[in-house]
Amino acid sequence: MSEPLAVSRRRLLQLATAAFVSWQAAPWADRLTAFAGNPGGTTSDAMTTTLEAFADTLIPGAKRYDGDYAVAGVARGPGAVHAGAVDLMWFPGAAIGPALPALAGYLSTRASAYAMKHRLRLDPTLPPFVALSFADRTRLLLELLDPSGQDYLAWWALAAMPFLAFHTAGHLHTADAVRRGHPGLRWIGFPHPDRDGLWRFRRFSYRRRLAHRHPHTTRNGNPR
Amino acid sequence: MSPVTETTDVLVIGTGPGGAIPGFHLAAGGAKVVFLERGPWLKTEEFTHDLQLGTYTRLVDYVQCDGVNVIAGNCVGGSSVIYYAAALRAPSFVFDRHGLLGHRLWPTSITRSSMDRWYDRAEETLPVSEQTWNDVTYAGGVWAALCSRAGRTCNPVPVAVDLKQCTNCGWMLNGCRFGAKRSMLLNYLPAALAHHAEIRPLHEVQSISPAATSGYRYRVDYSTLNPDDYRRPTGGGSIEAKIVILAAGALGTPVILQRSERMLGGMPDAVGKYFSPNGDHVTMAVLDEKKVRDVLELQRSADVAYEGFAVGKPISSMTFDYLDPHRREFDRMSLQQIYFPTIVNILPDDGAHGAPSWFGMSKRELTRRWPSWLNILAMTEDGNEGTFGAPPPSGSFTRLASAASLGQITYRPSPQTLRGWRVADDRVRHIVEHERVGRFVEWTASPNALTAHPLSSCRIGDDPATSACDASHELRGHPGIFVTDGASVPTSLCVNPSLTIAALAERAAFAITKRAAAYGVEARSDVPVPTRS
Repeated sequence: MSEPLAVSRRRLLQLATAAFVSWQAAPWADRLTAFAGNPGGTTSDAMTTTLEAFADTLIPGAKRYDGDYAVAGVARGPGAVHAGAVDLMWFPGAAIGPALPALAGYLSTRASAYAMKHRLRLDPTLPPFVALSFADRTRLLLELLDPSGQDYLAWWALAAMPFLAFHTAGHLHTADAVRRGHPGLRWIGFPHPDRDGLWRFRRFSYRRRLAHRHPHTTRNGNPR
Repeated sequence: MSPVTETTDVLVIGTGPGGAIPGFHLAAGGAKVVFLERGPWLKTEEFTHDLQLGTYTRLVDYVQCDGVNVIAGNCVGGSSVIYYAAALRAPSFVFDRHGLLGHRLWPTSITRSSMDRWYDRAEETLPVSEQTWNDVTYAGGVWAALCSRAGRTCNPVPVAVDLKQCTNCGWMLNGCRFGAKRSMLLNYLPAALAHHAEIRPLHEVQSISPAATSGYRYRVDYSTLNPDDYRRPTGGGSIEAKIVILAAGALGTPVILQRSERMLGGMPDAVGKYFSPNGDHVTMAVLDEKKVRDVLELQRSADVAYEGFAVGKPISSMTFDYLDPHRREFDRMSLQQIYFPTIVNILPDDGAHGAPSWFGMSKRELTRRWPSWLNILAMTEDGNEGTFGAPPPSGSFTRLASAASLGQITYRPSPQTLRGWRVADDRVRHIVEHERVGRFVEWTASPNALTAHPLSSCRIGDDPATSACDASHELRGHPGIFVTDGASVPTSLCVNPSLTIAALAERAAFAITKRAAAYGVEARSDVPVPTRS
């Protein structure tokens, strides 16, 4: 394994920013827009694919179609992207939408810096984070999500979105999402509501004494 | 400053148990009472079973601080609307705690036996129900069976729930759609309204200053908030009062006082110090369904042994075994079965070796077994290590979205607190793993502690150096201002705090009534408990 380049973090970020700026003018658009209209695909601009790749690193899923670069495809079945992670990021209640262009841009910068540091060659026709392998995406997110990092809170807020999309369908009404087979809720086995969209459990108890009460419990069930 | 156009006898800031209870007493005694509440006022039919952002986030605050994250209510009824209604008296030893300071932290006038009459009143009013084993959920049953197999006792938890009306929906965080959870919306607040008290939602108090009108002591300035975006004020105003009851929650109360310090000519040193997250420490287990059936001999149906994580009341059983008063301080705790909605599913570790620990493939696999999860909340003895920084320009914290905020607390748990959490981990691990029925899993995604039980940021006590309020809950140096919410509780409690907050508020109401009389507010103090709605 080659040694990392001996270059300061500040210089690395400067170089990566420059690379990102020049990359933005690169002919990535043709390749990505080719995804548009693909069944199961979403919009395919650089920002969206970068955010999708971020979400897929946290909760991975299967590729949606041939040439799905955002989803690494390391897992079978649904992941955060399938569950609507990017839709949730833009959902007004998430209140993170205005920051997404900056976060996606900075993620690209950090991906470029990561690639330079580790002497990785990235496909120049893809956004830098998307061009990383799943293992490298994971390693980079471990850096970004280290609580000692300066930008930790911003990455943590962004990381919450894939989880909220997958585990709560936070951009949808829950009863509708469950009934329509939302991929994340189905994956975790979220229970179904009654016909009126409310949950009730008529059976909820084993209805057996399962332990001795503490001997010093008071008459009304409290500790002394 | 806006012109003062209103006066009242008693102004209550906040409508959770700390505000609703003394507010009711003063109103029922004959005083003119106005409640200001920063959150919205929702009716039973407006509570949803929904995790869409913009639904539950209207009434729940998630506040990220440095070292601790806090969940709190933000609506009329306060945290009683979103709480899990576990209604427990604090064990006797709690009132004798010394914490990290080497002296008794509670006022000497307060002991468990002196508190029992106030607990009685609160239990009668809410009211509290004792669960039988027929009321204990699958998750509570599994925890009880695990405890029993490990040689431990385990009790059903008393709850402020009408068990006949409860549908065991599991959506308590969203407010109770069925009117079964006994929040302040169903008892003290309607009783206060019946005595002509007034509740004003979406009124966020910013500061307190001396009143200009003769006969009134304090002026309270507030902003009114946009119901669709709490970040946007729509106006403001001021009210002068003879008595101010501060019950804005342990995150809100000290911030209002900090902001008022210069106007009021000083503030006790303990305001905004000694914050406690109640020693809360959450862990979980992933259960082996086959072992639940074969070892615990439990079965929901012919095919299913457990898979009951999301079924029923979120809190159902707990062990008192580690509440032994003879254990040394910081070693005592309760271990309680609890359910958290999927909004926190980011937090558990994946249970596998190596990084990443809380995201990626292994975590995804862990979540596939979500119905077989079991959360355990350890409520331990912490050392009140939280301190508030400078207050934000307005409000209690910096609101980023409807429910997401950044708070001012810095929380650095002491070695004693950390040791208590490690001991809790060992105890839970032993109980769930000793016959391999479950696999113990920590919550590691966030370095912060997580609590829904914020306490102690303006606590009562006998020592002026370490308590903001005296034993009657009056703010030191500012007669007529009383702190009656979780902020006034001196220490972590080793149980869920809501009943103790309610009992302390019942107790404080008598002292407040006495002080009110001295300031020309004629209010009876022999008010009977409210009748149930």
